Amino acid sequence: MAIVKLQRPKLNFGEKIYFGALIKGFFLTMSHAIKTLRGKSVGAESLASSGLGITMQFPEQRWDEHMPEYYRGAPALVTDEQGRERCVSCQLCEFICPPKAIKITPSEIPSDDPWAKVEKRPLEFDIDMIRCIYCGMCEEVCPEQAIYLRKDYLITGLKRADMVHDKKKLYEIGGTRVGLVNKWNELK
Amino acid sequence: MPEIIFQIAIIVTKIVILTFMVVLPLVPLSVYFERRFSAIIQDRVGPNRVGIPLTLLGFKKDFHFFGLIQPIADGLKLFLKEDFTPNHVRKAFYWMAPALTVVPALITVCVVPFGSPISIFGHSEKLVIADLDIGPLFIFSVASLSVYGITLAGWSSNSKFPFIGGVRSTAQMISYEIALGLSIIPVLMYYGDLNLSTIVQQQADHGWLLLPLWKNGHLGLPDLNTALFWFPAAIAFLIFTISIFAETNRMPFDLPECETELVGGYHTEYSSMKFAMFFMGEYAAMVIGSALIITLFLGGWSIGFGLDAWVSDLHIGDIYFGGLIHMGCFLTKLLAFILFFILVRWTVPRFRYDQLMKLGWVVFFEAALINVFLAALIVAAPQLKSVIITSGAVLLLIVTAAVIWVAKVSEDTTKVLRA
Amino acid sequence: MPSYLFWILSALMLMGGGAVIAFRNPVSSALSVVACFVGLAGLFIGLSAFFVGVIQILVYTGAVMVLFVFIIMLLDLKDEEKAAKPLLPIAAGVVLFVVFTVQLIGVLSRSPNKIAPDLSAKTLVLAANSFPPTSKIATTLSQGKLPDVHLIGHTLFTQNNLQLQILGVLLLVATIGVVVLSKRQAD
Repeated sequence: MAIVKLQRPKLNFGEKIYFGALIKGFFLTMSHAIKTLRGKSVGAESLASSGLGITMQFPEQRWDEHMPEYYRGAPALVTDEQGRERCVSCQLCEFICPPKAIKITPSEIPSDDPWAKVEKRPLEFDIDMIRCIYCGMCEEVCPEQAIYLRKDYLITGLKRADMVHDKKKLYEIGGTRVGLVNKWNELK
Repeated sequence: MPEIIFQIAIIVTKIVILTFMVVLPLVPLSVYFERRFSAIIQDRVGPNRVGIPLTLLGFKKDFHFFGLIQPIADGLKLFLKEDFTPNHVRKAFYWMAPALTVVPALITVCVVPFGSPISIFGHSEKLVIADLDIGPLFIFSVASLSVYGITLAGWSSNSKFPFIGGVRSTAQMISYEIALGLSIIPVLMYYGDLNLSTIVQQQADHGWLLLPLWKNGHLGLPDLNTALFWFPAAIAFLIFTISIFAETNRMPFDLPECETELVGGYHTEYSSMKFAMFFMGEYAAMVIGSALIITLFLGGWSIGFGLDAWVSDLHIGDIYFGGLIHMGCFLTKLLAFILFFILVRWTVPRFRYDQLMKLGWVVFFEAALINVFLAALIVAAPQLKSVIITSGAVLLLIVTAAVIWVAKVSEDTTKVLRA
Repeated sequence: MPSYLFWILSALMLMGGGAVIAFRNPVSSALSVVACFVGLAGLFIGLSAFFVGVIQILVYTGAVMVLFVFIIMLLDLKDEEKAAKPLLPIAAGVVLFVVFTVQLIGVLSRSPNKIAPDLSAKTLVLAANSFPPTSKIATTLSQGKLPDVHLIGHTLFTQNNLQLQILGVLLLVATIGVVVLSKRQAD
């Protein structure tokens, strides 16, 4: 292959003396500063800025209504329209979870229960939110469509124990989800 | 005896008010401005939260003051941090270094004139701590001591990055002190005086050095000689300002502490309040540097446009308070210049070290020297015959051309030379 | 200058000078020299020689000693700190000290005991007469102030002009020599 020698651009005197570029730089930074103060920074509108730069001032302004459909927040368990726990404690999510944040203790459903034919449900279902990386693999792997990543993002706690979401908390976040899996319904 | 006690009381009051209540608060204030200004340059908000937390007391809203309390919170944080002394340092020098950077910067405050004299009940008092006849030289000499702090910090830390930072800073400060000293010689020649108060008074009367648009209280164009002197003055201003940037280790010349190469530079091994003292010294040097630039080139406390005599004359009864208005003007200019310092820091990228040295030794040193000749020619021109002026001008042109030629030749052949 | 200031500054200088040879660590010694120079500058300022005092700090403390510290820092100091005290250099030092003292006493005993004129406003106003009446020096003197910078400049550029120019050429030659020596051609 032929060698192509690239000529470095030759600087003329004005460029060498560096001053014009300096002044240009001042204008650039000052224009950014003024735009920021006027709340007219590039992208300020689409990012719902507070009117100072492109920053959204957090506790007063929330990201909530601007959240995209595909946002992956806290994972949570859901019940179906009849109030049945969808999770059958197959533990696929526990095994797939990359940071090992999920811990399931399965239990059998007693025979006198209306959902006895499902056979199993979790006795305990803990997700350690300190470990969770919000990858969404649990949601993807779940054969029963029982675990979903919701849009909750403010997961805080004062101690480590607070950050472990137990079953009750997970159903509280998850709520009910209609449709999709009907194989356990009485209709079938 | 009461006379002496009265004098001492006045001096102590001046030191307390001017150093500890005007200049020292300017340091955290400029840190705050640095953070806010850099934030808005980068389309951010900056620290705007710290205020009086009224919500803790059950009120609906906090009181923010635009985050002006932030510096106090920063200082408190630094005070409460662990003051860690690594095992491998040379203890005595390690402890001495932070003090050696702060103290010179604060001593230099004493010759800066903050305002025109205030007069109360017939007793006139200048708004300057020590009205020395060698003002700028005093500032240079004391400010040059602050290099010891940085050098010792680098050496005593006994580890690599601080040491390189210390070495860099020493070389840089010595190089730029020459340009700094040479660049103001035209200014001193023009005023014929080294007393900063007198220099400012002259500027108030005859127009600022860079804005000579009034004379004896009347607006008007300057005469030919003053107008011609504007050019050496502008060159001196340029060299002096840039050298001050290098001298205070500010961006674009902050090689001694550039984070990308040297972690924290000379203060890598320092923590807590000792680190804060380096920080304070740096910002105090910046404040004093701006004060010196304003005093020498931009009229100091003078409001300008022929208004100064009128302001100095303002009085209620026997209290002439014009000096305070002048002080306000001075502080406004100072803040504006500090903002300029910050704007430069967030605009201009860092120089490479050899570029920095070249700028100091090859460009500024020669430019300042030629500028001295030029200024001398212009200042002396009215007393000289036209033949001498012409031959002087020709000589100046030849010298300039020779210097530029030498600089160009040495630039072209650097590859052949051994370092 | 109040005499107690003289004693304090002299003590500072002597302590600095003593510490230079007492310390084993070269950086400590260099800093003692700095302390000594600061004391000297204080003495100059006490004698109303503000310019000389400030230049003393600017040149010697701010530049020359910084370079010394700079060089010392680049050396490996481990051996220096441990070195034993050989007798010969100490003896030579004592001899030098004695010779210098004898010389100093000799010079001082022969020189006439001239007391410097008091720098009161009166003498200054009187001194103004020996300069052209409109000059800066004369006007400052007649205000009762000592224009030390102007006086030094006046002396240098009138009485000692030739020596000053020769000195300037000497420094220029030295500078060019250093550049030539340090920038020798590679081949």
